[in-house]
Amino acid sequence: MHRRQSSETLKKPPQDHHKNQTDLSAWRKGRRTDPKKSVQSHQSLNDKKNDSEQDSLEEALSYFEQVQGRVSLKKNNVLQKHLTTVESIALQRGLPPEGFDVLLKVALSGKLADTVNTRLLKSLVPASVIPETSVVSAVSWLCVSKCSGNIQLLFLRWLITMFDFIDRKEEIHALYGFFFSFLQDEKMCPYVCHLLYLLTRKESVKPFRIRRLLDLQVKMGMQSHLQALLSLYKLFCPELVTITLPGKMKTYFKNSEGPWKAAINAVRQRNQASSPVFQTLFLGTAQPQSRKRKWNTQLIIPASSTNINNIEEDRKKNCVNLYSRDESFPVEQLQTFSQLLQNIHHLEFPSQMGSVLTNPLLLHYMNCIKDESVYLRLYYWMGQTLQEECTWCVADSKQYEEEFKDFLETVYKTECFLQEGFSSCEEFLYKSLPLWDGICCRSQVLRLVSWIPLGNFSEMKSHFYDPLVQLFFTSSLYFKCSVIESLKELLQNWLNWHVIHLDSESDSQVRSSNTTLSGLVNMVAELIHFVGWISTVALRLENNHTFLLYFILDFYETVCDMYLRYNLPLLIMPPAGVFYPALLSMDCVNLNQLCYIMYRYRTNLVAAKENELSKKQILQFKFSSQTYQEYNQYIIAMVGCLWTSSAFQKDTHPQGLRMDDELLKKTAVKEFKTSFNIVYHPAMMGYALHFLQQAWPDDTTFNFSLIKGKKWNWYLEYLYSQGLTGLKVFIESSINRVSQASHSNAENAQV
Amino acid sequence: LFPPPPQDNTDPQKTAFLLRKQWTLYSVTPLYGFSNAHLKHYARLLSAFIAAEKQKGLAVEVGVELDIKVAVSSIPDLKGSDRDQDAILVQLSLRPPASPKNSEEKLVWSGCFCSVSGDHLSENLPEDFTCLPLFLANGAESYTSIVGSWFQKTFDCCFRRLAISPLNLSWMAAMWTGCQVDKTTSAMELIFSVPCLPYPLDISYAIHPEDAKALWDTVQKTPGEITQEEVDVFMDCLYSHFHRHFKIHLSATKLVKVSTAIASAHCDGIIKFLQSKYLAGVLMLLTELAISQIQ
Repeated sequence: MHRRQSSETLKKPPQDHHKNQTDLSAWRKGRRTDPKKSVQSHQSLNDKKNDSEQDSLEEALSYFEQVQGRVSLKKNNVLQKHLTTVESIALQRGLPPEGFDVLLKVALSGKLADTVNTRLLKSLVPASVIPETSVVSAVSWLCVSKCSGNIQLLFLRWLITMFDFIDRKEEIHALYGFFFSFLQDEKMCPYVCHLLYLLTRKESVKPFRIRRLLDLQVKMGMQSHLQALLSLYKLFCPELVTITLPGKMKTYFKNSEGPWKAAINAVRQRNQASSPVFQTLFLGTAQPQSRKRKWNTQLIIPASSTNINNIEEDRKKNCVNLYSRDESFPVEQLQTFSQLLQNIHHLEFPSQMGSVLTNPLLLHYMNCIKDESVYLRLYYWMGQTLQEECTWCVADSKQYEEEFKDFLETVYKTECFLQEGFSSCEEFLYKSLPLWDGICCRSQVLRLVSWIPLGNFSEMKSHFYDPLVQLFFTSSLYFKCSVIESLKELLQNWLNWHVIHLDSESDSQVRSSNTTLSGLVNMVAELIHFVGWISTVALRLENNHTFLLYFILDFYETVCDMYLRYNLPLLIMPPAGVFYPALLSMDCVNLNQLCYIMYRYRTNLVAAKENELSKKQILQFKFSSQTYQEYNQYIIAMVGCLWTSSAFQKDTHPQGLRMDDELLKKTAVKEFKTSFNIVYHPAMMGYALHFLQQAWPDDTTFNFSLIKGKKWNWYLEYLYSQGLTGLKVFIESSINRVSQASHSNAENAQV
Repeated sequence: LFPPPPQDNTDPQKTAFLLRKQWTLYSVTPLYGFSNAHLKHYARLLSAFIAAEKQKGLAVEVGVELDIKVAVSSIPDLKGSDRDQDAILVQLSLRPPASPKNSEEKLVWSGCFCSVSGDHLSENLPEDFTCLPLFLANGAESYTSIVGSWFQKTFDCCFRRLAISPLNLSWMAAMWTGCQVDKTTSAMELIFSVPCLPYPLDISYAIHPEDAKALWDTVQKTPGEITQEEVDVFMDCLYSHFHRHFKIHLSATKLVKVSTAIASAHCDGIIKFLQSKYLAGVLMLLTELAISQIQ
């Protein structure tokens, strides 16, 4: 529990304070002998000041310890002096643990006037901790009720505020019944409820106490402090009491921090790291209902609440094992990661699994506990909710689109967190995509697409690819780009899954039947072919739009590296419908991307070939010679275009650039051979122009043919410096520049 | 495809409570952690929960006598085969205010979880799950809401209204036409709603049950077996007959309700059972519909 745990962190300071509660010398010695402080002079000045303060505090405390009978504040200068001392020191630095016993005793014994007692209580601010024994003796003074009602109230408020500073709480817990008896006092009741709320543990909840609280409820009606305490009782013992909290409650307890607020903040700042933070109330109130809908058609992610399901069984078990139920940690109280770690062995999943979606701690837990029923519960709940709320499948639900969007968003985030897709989501997509207009909740739906788990192809084709294609071809450019991006993420998620399972597989050597390596390779290949096909068509529909091309090439940046980055024995070249538009693109971003991709293809293919040769054994998966052949055709076309100015002659691809000279002459373009090299290429001409302006500032003829020989190299350097790193790695890897002449050898580039 | 005759071991007395009442249909995903051994305990918790919900903000002790009495019981007779789970009946009754104990409690709401030949849902499910996919409720919706919420919270299940599509309604019309009933029966009635009108317009089409049976007998090829094609032919015959007289194409309207001597069903998911002999058969069909909504 948070409260207990935070108090433990505070246990460390003054170790012997039980023995020498009023002996301040130990405390002073400790300060004096601090080696760091004795070194610096201004520090020691401070020390002197401290020392004198210490002395006067010591005097004040011994005065209050010995004070007898009622002393009037107005007439007694000594009392005034000591009171001021205590107040000023307390508010500046806080009181040492040893001070509390004396001051609490005098404040609650009724020896002095209430004004004095009030001032004393208000100045009870701890420098570090408050010893439990002083609180216990104060409570005994409270029970003999020598002090006035106001002082009793103030003491309770003080106790609530300082609860987390008390060094230990076992004995205070033993006083639970005493505090409980104060409930009958009407004025004290709200504060006692708050205190009991802080003190209550499962074992404190007893049927007779519940009955007592219910009687109070009958007497006083609906009171927020009673509601809070009863809710806590319900949390610990749902089999004994139940309550439904009204929706709009915000505060359950009156603020008791008032007089000490500033001082408490100061203390917290002083010992930052170890300072306890006030526990926020974890009562589950009913969620505010924004609108009237039928009870089970409202999209609500349930709040985490303890499962009350196994109570009967637990009772039986308790006969044998007393710890079985008491040990379980209520999920409502799970609020920090360290709590999760401390209680992970006796944590229970909430009664409704849907609540894990909004609780990252439980998601962590879910990740550790691979329990089938956990996933099944989530599967049923999510499947039903998605179907029930789907705004384009269910009539009359258009008005709730925002809510549904939020829900899809939450589901997507959970999938990212768990790094796996939900099968209920997959089924939802399969069921609802054919009905989707491509607009409603677009980005959310497309994001969910990226987490479709690996399945079988025929199902994906009929339920996913086919309906998606219809939307894809008939929707806007931006929709097309988003779809390609989602599919890229889908591919990456599959590849990541493969890498992770490859690691864990080395232990078990077993793969489940539907995820064999060949199954995976086929699924990935199908996806890539699918994207290749829709990309080709989309580029034609959108006139080779640069933006679209960017997303398509981005997809291939993942594809070209699958062998080396994801250890998947598969490489697929982009179709000609993607390659040539990129090669002849008007935009250097696309061309640069293409260069990078071709460089990575080369690296992967070379690595694969080396592997094949070195192992000599027959590998299960080998790249077909067709892949190498395709790569070579593309590389010849590319080098021919960009470098050797021979693309029209040498391109051997059936859909390539090869053209007869006769035909080319008819175009009336003079220098057709060089028109796609790195100088004249429409995507590069801007760079060439800038280069000319810098190299020959006086020349205004823009004579591009000047870029040759040494200047050609300078031009290359210039291009590289402009951030065209794709072009750089491509030229450096795929073009043989031993003979510096512009007639490089393209053969060398082939793998 | 035709509902099998009800099992001999069912005691009609024990399922008679279902007859001649309107039930609202829901599908329910498998209950997690439900156990037949704790029904009394569930009743106690549920009754306290209902009290707490009705007086929001006031705590209620579990186990004390409250205004509303909850009874949770199992009905082993209501199932299709031994592989089905026992049906669960939840009944809420009002205690008479401050009167002698022997005065009668008034039943205000009942709900029944059941599965008739729905065992294929529970295949491959761990033992923690109890499959009772069909839920029928009779009484104020506010109680359905409270009881449903409690079951959702306690057994992590999901309730969804079970609508019946026009296609399934026409199946029911055909199936129930072919059933043997005692002579004194009322007319078979089909209600159609005309879409796309500014005001609601329903068409009621009543047919003498013997005429309908005669028509069905000419359509059905193999007794005890029904095909989609036969259902289509049957409905088309009824439509063309109607068109001959009123020049209205019923095929362009939506079938919303079917009433026969066996049962009456509304597309909103409301059903009334009329014949105990065919109760199991109708429940089996509804279980099937509920399962297809869950999966």
